[in-house]
Amino acid sequence: MSGTFVGMPAFPKAAHEAVHNATLRGNLRHATHTIRSKRAKAVAEVSDWAALREAGKQIKDHTLRHLDDYLVQLEESVTAAGGIVHWAADADEANRIVVELVKMTGETEVVKVKSMATQEIGLNEALEAEGIHAYETDLAELIVQLGKDRPSHILVPAIHRNRGEIRDIFAREMSEWGRPAPEGLTDTPAELAEAARLHLREKFLRAKVGVSGANFMVAETGTLVVVESEGNGRMCLTLPETLISVVGIEKIVPTWQDLEVFLQTLPRSSTAERMNPYTSTWTGTRDGGAGEGDGPQTFHLVLLDNGRTDTLADEVGRQALRCIRCSACLNVCPVYERAGGHAYGSVYPGPIGAILSPQLRGTGSEIDASLPYASTLCGACYEVCPVAIDIPEVLVHLRERVAEGGQATRGGNRVVLKPAKGHAAERAAMRAARWAFSHPGALRTGQRLASRTRRFHPRTLPGPGRAWSETRDLPAVPAEPFRDWWQRTQGGKEAEAK
Amino acid sequence: MRVALFLTCVNDTLYPDTGRAVVKLLTRLGVDVDFPMGQTCCGQAHYNTGYRHEAEPLARHFSDVFGEYEAIVTPSGSCGAMVRELYPRMGERARAEGRGDTLAQTLAPVVPKTYELTEFLVDVLGVTDVGAYYPHTVTYHPTCHGLRSLGLGDRPRRLLQAVKGLELRELPGADECCGFGGTFAVKNSDVSAAMGADKVRNAESTGADVLCAADNSCLMHIGGTMGRLNTGMRPVHIAEILASTEEEPLV
Ligand code: SF4
Repeated sequence: MSGTFVGMPAFPKAAHEAVHNATLRGNLRHATHTIRSKRAKAVAEVSDWAALREAGKQIKDHTLRHLDDYLVQLEESVTAAGGIVHWAADADEANRIVVELVKMTGETEVVKVKSMATQEIGLNEALEAEGIHAYETDLAELIVQLGKDRPSHILVPAIHRNRGEIRDIFAREMSEWGRPAPEGLTDTPAELAEAARLHLREKFLRAKVGVSGANFMVAETGTLVVVESEGNGRMCLTLPETLISVVGIEKIVPTWQDLEVFLQTLPRSSTAERMNPYTSTWTGTRDGGAGEGDGPQTFHLVLLDNGRTDTLADEVGRQALRCIRCSACLNVCPVYERAGGHAYGSVYPGPIGAILSPQLRGTGSEIDASLPYASTLCGACYEVCPVAIDIPEVLVHLRERVAEGGQATRGGNRVVLKPAKGHAAERAAMRAARWAFSHPGALRTGQRLASRTRRFHPRTLPGPGRAWSETRDLPAVPAEPFRDWWQRTQGGKEAEAK
Repeated sequence: MRVALFLTCVNDTLYPDTGRAVVKLLTRLGVDVDFPMGQTCCGQAHYNTGYRHEAEPLARHFSDVFGEYEAIVTPSGSCGAMVRELYPRMGERARAEGRGDTLAQTLAPVVPKTYELTEFLVDVLGVTDVGAYYPHTVTYHPTCHGLRSLGLGDRPRRLLQAVKGLELRELPGADECCGFGGTFAVKNSDVSAAMGADKVRNAESTGADVLCAADNSCLMHIGGTMGRLNTGMRPVHIAEILASTEEEPLV
């Protein structure tokens, strides 16, 4: 069940299980810490990292500001190169378009390049419902698909699995989908990779239709770009006759030259490599321009909105659309490390998921309303982000929307949101605290009361405070608040009256 | 130099010893310290929990109370970051919401004058050896807002290294968040507790007697976890270590 994400419980509940699953936490800790330190090294090698980061931010912001123009330009250049452009306002529309396109080919199988956009819309399930089998060809995606599981990381979707678990999945499931795993498969990486290679080879050679996403789309030429480590994507992009690419509208860059920045920052941030092992670019169809060449005979580009225009309308939140899905923020996030990717209830986990999902989907569901709180605001994500998305700032902005309601754009319309359920008591407490803090006398009375009754203070707290005292001791209330000491002794200048 | 101590509401109420230590330390270094009695709270908890509008009157109140002083010193990295990083943003957003420049202008004077304690010692007073004596093994946890919002860098560690009798041990995974995060500790208590426990285990592995930080909120969370895990380590605010002398040692 690659399963739907709607109806997920709120983040704290969804995280509960992961926190107490020792294997999962061990797998996550090991994987994130390894990549974290490698990334730091790869970034430190570049002398102008800060300038590259700023350039990436500027290019993205400029493109987003003129997104309408660049989209029109992109459509023109894709069409001129022989491609066909489709516009999809939401997930359903995008799925309908792709299903139709595959049906037109008469095929019942497609091979897939790892793509966040198609996961976001649940394309595999939509195809399956119409009797079309979609085969994931990225190794980690394959593990997730065979394991009837959900991805838990942007780049390493099977990060939550260790080698033993992967071996078991291959041995059990491969035969259901095609070529079975070799007899006596062990859990050495080489054997696992070879089993996957043989299994996938069959699919590549048979498939007539490929489905991909793209990391970038170049407006001036209509070129799409995918960067990857394994080369499976390149196979899917070159072998099939029909290629369907589903891409979020925010993936545009104006010119080829702009790629220069991202092809440096993306690999170093994501896999700690200096360059991506495979960078594939494709423009239209084989004979769209001039006769001979490689690439597909038919090329469709499905441009996906699915909440992106609404996000763009939000002045603070729109910076989330700069994201190039490098996943560096996941790998440094202490909350992601303990909670695991599934707890975020979205294909976008970790810090970026916590700000992107509630914007793309709105804050109406329990899980989306809880995501802005799935952070300590420690700032590690902002520090590593190669396009300088101030994730803590957006988190606080979204917290305000959840707790207090306010204006937002949904489906292209300005709407006034009510506060999410369950915040009334907190809101009242915040107001009361603000009142007390605006009246120093009241604060002082409260402090004195606390000091005087300190012998009676419980060591565990009732209500929401119980969550604190279950795992931590409470600090003892002192006999005298500082301000009383100061007044009594004038800051120690007068002898203390003991 | 006449300096205002912004102690913070948490320290005033729960950690008066830290306040006394700051006064003792700064006085020893020849600074004339005042504690404006009107002070309350910088509004950080309100702001970060998503009640930005509730934080605004508190920020204005802060400016009223502290605006006249030459410098404002606080022994809290996160409250220091609230004033320095977030007050300007509050002003900008009021402007963006069409409420004019008033808030920005009210808050502007206090922003550049607000210093976290270790920053004030090193950058303004220009001292790293404050004449302290503290015969213990200590490991230092750089809190997130001190580390990333204020960029305290190695200032606290330089101050600690100059303390007589003190042996500083490096904390593994020092730059990882302890899991406090204000209301996060309650709203996501499972994750918060797991982060706290990892921090405490890392601290324990140094063999130090004391874990030191420049923010009592984080120390409350770490210390509360230490108590529960029976580590025998103690959480101590850096001000108390720096205030300790051979004549009047901190016990
Ligand atoms: S938010 Fe930044 S760090 Fe996180 S995945 Fe996107 S680009 Fe990478």
